[in-house]
Amino acid sequence: MVATVITVILFTMLVLTALAIVRIYSLFAVVMLSGVFSLLSALLFVALDAVDVAFTEAAVGAGISTVLMLGTIALTARTQKKATRSGFVPFVVVAVTGVALVYGTLDMPNFGDPTAPASMHVAPEYMTGSVKDIDVANVVTSILASYRGYDTLGETAVVFTAGIGVLVLLSGLGRRRREDEEEDA
Amino acid sequence: MQHHLILRVITKMLVGTIILFAFYVQFHGDFSPGGGFQAGVIMAVAFILYGIVFNLSKVEQVFPPWLVHKLVALGVLIYAGTGIISLFLGYNFLDYDALNPHHPSHGQHWGIMAVEFGVGVTVTGVMVAIYYAFAGRPPPMKDEDW
Repeated sequence: MVATVITVILFTMLVLTALAIVRIYSLFAVVMLSGVFSLLSALLFVALDAVDVAFTEAAVGAGISTVLMLGTIALTARTQKKATRSGFVPFVVVAVTGVALVYGTLDMPNFGDPTAPASMHVAPEYMTGSVKDIDVANVVTSILASYRGYDTLGETAVVFTAGIGVLVLLSGLGRRRREDEEEDA
Repeated sequence: MQHHLILRVITKMLVGTIILFAFYVQFHGDFSPGGGFQAGVIMAVAFILYGIVFNLSKVEQVFPPWLVHKLVALGVLIYAGTGIISLFLGYNFLDYDALNPHHPSHGQHWGIMAVEFGVGVTVTGVMVAIYYAFAGRPPPMKDEDW
């Protein structure tokens, strides 16, 4: 009962934050509100007992993303331009997509359903093996680093590639080299 | 932010604590929430906070860009290297039982530690490197611009 009330309150605040983000034109306020949005999501994850996800959401969504968005604002503009065209068509597209998504969730198993397909396949083996074979108390860690070590290696490679990409785009190494070549010529 | 005395004093006090917390999240991930990814972000936050409150050149003295760029690749290397080691010991790629065949669960512990450390190193490097790339571009922000 208490959990339901908390979830409803958090979701209401989440929707209000999202509406405020849409309405406000000052980008600084929008970035701060998106940080608030991430923190509220993190609280929802805690309410769902997904503390590892909540931790990541709070650190990445509310922490690093906010700083990087502020850095982007510092390089670009402080206010959003007023829209010149009517927002009717985008609104219809968003509304239809939203309804389709809600319709899609109707087929999903209930939260915490032990007969859900996700809990039936390999999950029981991971849950028992994590204690028996790996002896790690945090099942998330044992799945992430051991059972699914291959996937996590791929994720690390994705982070690596993304970092290299941003560096190449932003650090200006290429431009500096071109300028050197022009000086030489 | 040279005139924000309170921010500067609080930052100096907090940076050490944040780094300590990052190490806790990194190496206690087996038992509590967290792991390499979160620890890497928290570690990067310590340097980014220092860079925001003081300035970019100060934090680049502590954590030079060349070192950051090396760390980005080093983490992936540690992770993949752990897998290669288990290959050389005659097991499957990333099968940590290889690290201690007599006590497979110890081997699993060591392997998880190693790969989580690799993840943490890469994430720290990438986050700090992206921050340097953003903050290193002109124009610098004045306080009144906000």
